[in-house]
Amino acid sequence: MTSSAAIFAIAVLAPLGGSLIAGLFGRIIGDRPAQAITIGLMAAACASAIATLFSGVPQDMGTAVVSLGHWIDAGGFHANWSLRADMLSLSMVAMVTTISLCVHIYSVGYMNHEEMPTYRFFSYLSLFTFAMLMLVTSNDLIQLFFGWEGVGLVSYLLIGYWYDKPSAVAAAIKAFVVNRVADLFFLVGIALLFLQFGSVTYDNIFAVVPAQVGATYHLFGTDWPVFEVIGTLLFIGAMGKSAQLFLHTWLPDAMEGPTPVSALIHAATMVTAGVFLMARMSPLLEFAPGTKTLIVLIGGTTCFFAATVGLVQPDIKRTIAYSTCSQLGYMFMAAGVGVYQASIFHLTTHAFFKALLFLGAGSVIHAIHGEQDMFRMGGLWRKIPFTYAVMWIGSLALAGVFPFAGYWSKDGILEAMWAAQSGPATYGWAMGVVTAFITALYSWRLIFLVFHGTPRDAHLSEHAHEGGIAIVLPLGILGVGAVLAGVLLDRFYIGTAQAQFWQGSIVNGAGAAVMNRMEEVPGLIALAPSIAGLLGIAVAYLAYMARPELPASLARSLRPVYLFLLNKWYFDELYDVLFVRPYRALARILWKGADEGVVEQVPVGLARLTVGTAVQAARTQSGSIAIYAFTMLIGLVVLTTTLLFVH
Amino acid sequence: MAPYLLPLITFLPLLGALGLLLARGSADAVQASSRWVALWTSLVVFALSVMMWLGFDPHLAGAQFEVQHAWMPAFGVSYHAGVDGISLVFVLLTTFLTPLSIAASWTLITTRVRDYMIAVLLLETTLIGLFSALDLVVFYIFYEATLIPGSLMIGIWGGPRRIWASLQFFLFTFGGSLFMLLALIAMWTAAGTTDIPALMQVNVPPAMQNWLLLGFLIAFGVKLPLFPLHAWLPDAYTEAPAPATALLSGVLSKAGAYGMLRLGVLMFPEAAHRFAPYVLVLGVVAVIYAAIIALAQTDMKRTIAYSSFSHMGLIAVGLFSLDPAGLDGAIFQMLSHGVVIVALFLCIAAIAWRTETRTIDEMGGVAARMPKLAALGMLFIMANVGLPGTGAFVGEWLVMIGALHVSFWVALFAGSAMILGAVYTLVLYRRVMFGAVKGTAALLRDLTGVELAVLVPLAIVTLWMGIHPDTFLRLFDPVITSALGGHAANTASVAHQAVQVAAR
Repeated sequence: MTSSAAIFAIAVLAPLGGSLIAGLFGRIIGDRPAQAITIGLMAAACASAIATLFSGVPQDMGTAVVSLGHWIDAGGFHANWSLRADMLSLSMVAMVTTISLCVHIYSVGYMNHEEMPTYRFFSYLSLFTFAMLMLVTSNDLIQLFFGWEGVGLVSYLLIGYWYDKPSAVAAAIKAFVVNRVADLFFLVGIALLFLQFGSVTYDNIFAVVPAQVGATYHLFGTDWPVFEVIGTLLFIGAMGKSAQLFLHTWLPDAMEGPTPVSALIHAATMVTAGVFLMARMSPLLEFAPGTKTLIVLIGGTTCFFAATVGLVQPDIKRTIAYSTCSQLGYMFMAAGVGVYQASIFHLTTHAFFKALLFLGAGSVIHAIHGEQDMFRMGGLWRKIPFTYAVMWIGSLALAGVFPFAGYWSKDGILEAMWAAQSGPATYGWAMGVVTAFITALYSWRLIFLVFHGTPRDAHLSEHAHEGGIAIVLPLGILGVGAVLAGVLLDRFYIGTAQAQFWQGSIVNGAGAAVMNRMEEVPGLIALAPSIAGLLGIAVAYLAYMARPELPASLARSLRPVYLFLLNKWYFDELYDVLFVRPYRALARILWKGADEGVVEQVPVGLARLTVGTAVQAARTQSGSIAIYAFTMLIGLVVLTTTLLFVH
Repeated sequence: MAPYLLPLITFLPLLGALGLLLARGSADAVQASSRWVALWTSLVVFALSVMMWLGFDPHLAGAQFEVQHAWMPAFGVSYHAGVDGISLVFVLLTTFLTPLSIAASWTLITTRVRDYMIAVLLLETTLIGLFSALDLVVFYIFYEATLIPGSLMIGIWGGPRRIWASLQFFLFTFGGSLFMLLALIAMWTAAGTTDIPALMQVNVPPAMQNWLLLGFLIAFGVKLPLFPLHAWLPDAYTEAPAPATALLSGVLSKAGAYGMLRLGVLMFPEAAHRFAPYVLVLGVVAVIYAAIIALAQTDMKRTIAYSSFSHMGLIAVGLFSLDPAGLDGAIFQMLSHGVVIVALFLCIAAIAWRTETRTIDEMGGVAARMPKLAALGMLFIMANVGLPGTGAFVGEWLVMIGALHVSFWVALFAGSAMILGAVYTLVLYRRVMFGAVKGTAALLRDLTGVELAVLVPLAIVTLWMGIHPDTFLRLFDPVITSALGGHAANTASVAHQAVQVAAR
């Protein structure tokens, strides 16, 4: 293992070390040392990751694989534990470790009022990071799946961290199960990929993809292009992790976890996995045009749907959660037109400003003792000016206002949508622009409700104050990122230097033409998202500052629409009626009706018919032993008799 | 040493049981010493089996550590035993789980301790005997003999409905094995020998193959169990004392799976092809049916019992995918399931022993009182739902590859265990471990040293199997690959001929 490989390995494995030490020995070594160790190792990982990113992949290779050992070798299937270093994974590792380090530090301040020792929390945070790092550095799909499920597990543990709170545990289970639904399709997709290519290692797959374009798979009575089937199955997996429409219901409920967890889930370690998968599988997806259309449609719809729901939520964290869902829609849209670079770009800038917004929201919640209802806040900007400032930065970045981070990446995506010049892409573009307006609207609704006006609950805001250095420092770092990430990275991620930067780790087939046309988008079209964003801010000012009675009267006059949005388009209710209740009923019916009613009656009936005497005898213990021995003897007698006489 | 190793491993537990039988002294002294005698016997057996493992060469074809003694030479019957890679892993599973089960019974079995220990040791001998048998008659005798200690353990040390549970267990298995007996006799009349390696070479006419396979399928399908032959399972697993349930579900059910593999799939590949569609459907039905029912259970032990049944369906699917990956997956699933299900039953026993109830509704908030149990339990439930990094995932993944070879829908529906398993397992964990502290949970003490000594090795093996499964896969993968590889070539050539015929 060369020194650069060793440094890369440290970036991935150090969080695991921190997690194990804190988790297994936290009780013995105490809380503070456990926190210090996880943060120290996380910092080491972060430093290693950034060092690796700057030294880059060895030139003329494009990828380097650090092998860690064998995993599975059976029946023609082979998989190794290994870490893949190409520009896609390096950029992801650097981003994940940076955000995670901020969240770790922040948690020291945020969790200091906990009654229970928090070593368990820090152990989970590090494990979460490790799982995500395994996911992004995987060299084959099955290790990716390992990280994928690891992320699912730790999200379950973290969402349900306060396990004496029933709603938290319910949300944790929901997150796990909904993700598992998607994961089943994902796993079948991987298996199908293995059958098609005889390998699940990326390089092996990608090498033969062009040669197998004509291959078909028989399903639903007709032959489908096999890449479409695989692509769709993988995309369903991505929909679960990245909370796209129909499989998004777990994400808002995940707000039950401590706020730093939300930041981690939404910014770095979980929901981005699906988008990453799309970019990672770009060499295959480029040959699945049908799947790409589906991705655009789902992405565009999610983007709009989540924004409308976020618009009316009273809970500060839920508002931001729906905003994540919506922004993920943007990322998928871009992947759907083959401009994966823009997806990853938005993923990266989004990581900064979304982590910032969540941690800022956490700072607000922390300041007012756990209250999350925005309609009970107000006028907080004098009490917590620093938080107020970073929330402005985060919102400006989210709304895509020049020159904040979100501007660059969101504009990139919408230009790509326009440049793709297809029906679905144009639908995506329209959805994106409308959503840009709604995004700005709900962002400033949040700011105005929380920080401006008069305090609605004087008691709550009375003692509000900024958190300590542990809370302020990460907010500062992320704030800088939310300002600068866009302008600094634009050139490398989607601009003129993108080809040199990515070094072939992302493949654009048809998307390459789209990339080229992005610069030629007409000026007004390019300006549309910015205009929509500014308009959104203006409307928010009008509705929540100038004429605060407007939203309430609007909600009254459009009550059905308001309720529809407030209840998240009734997805939870729908799923409850469609799946949850029938399933519970079915479980009972099958148990009482089929199993106890039929299957278990067979031996009862048989016993009555044949061994009535045996049952009698078996009532006493000694009797039963005799029966067993006796029946066994009969068997042996029959056997020996046949052996002796039949031959 | 080598020629005596296998017989030593097989019969040392029997010797221990005999020793216990002859022990004299005051009741208390016998009770205390019988635990130690049983534990040491099983530990020595485990050590010996590890020696056998170390001396085993997976690259050699055929059985190793073979022993053969003339028994009834006129009838082609001999005491013939030996281990190939498949046998070896099951012998290891047995010798690994038996000492743990004995240690777990330290506090859980308090009446007629000596008799119980005798039963456990007898069970160990019979299990090792059947896993290493290379003669059908030897196999049959050991297979039948497992019934005596098995039923006794349920019937004497079980819960309130133990007699009925024990009787059902006995009658079902015994009824099933009558079909095995018929098949055995038929094979012997046809081939004149009961030597398994010799029988593998015998060409059996197709119609005969069908009947023989059907006999073995019924026999082992009861034991596995295969849907709908599982009526005995919920009662038996629930009523038996926890350490016995652990052995029943961990090892004894694997005897059924092992038989189905060895005497079904590998011995009659053509008939297995014909039967595969039906067995696959039954397997898939079991996976889904049991997983759904598990959710409705009110007794936590019963939930795990149905969970075990559900996983057996997956094993059946793997076996009858008739694909090297699927078979490897089925075997690996048997091993990992053996380890995990034992751990789960013992975790539940640890709670039930303290709270004196198994009713889920009376539980709550155990995690706050028993953090060590909560942590270990979390690992085991995650293994139960097949999380990557645990052994169960490796098995389920390979089974899924095998199933997808057969059909997309078999793979998808068998894979639905991923979702349904998560539902009942997480709901069970929530109701028992989380939430407000209920009833006696407030007074609970965390795991004792003995309990940790049992559960921690299980946890380590679970992770080991998940992170470096090659340790075990390399033992039996060559056997499967060579057995199926040759067969695949056969069918390919048959197909080729058919094409040529058609071309004319």
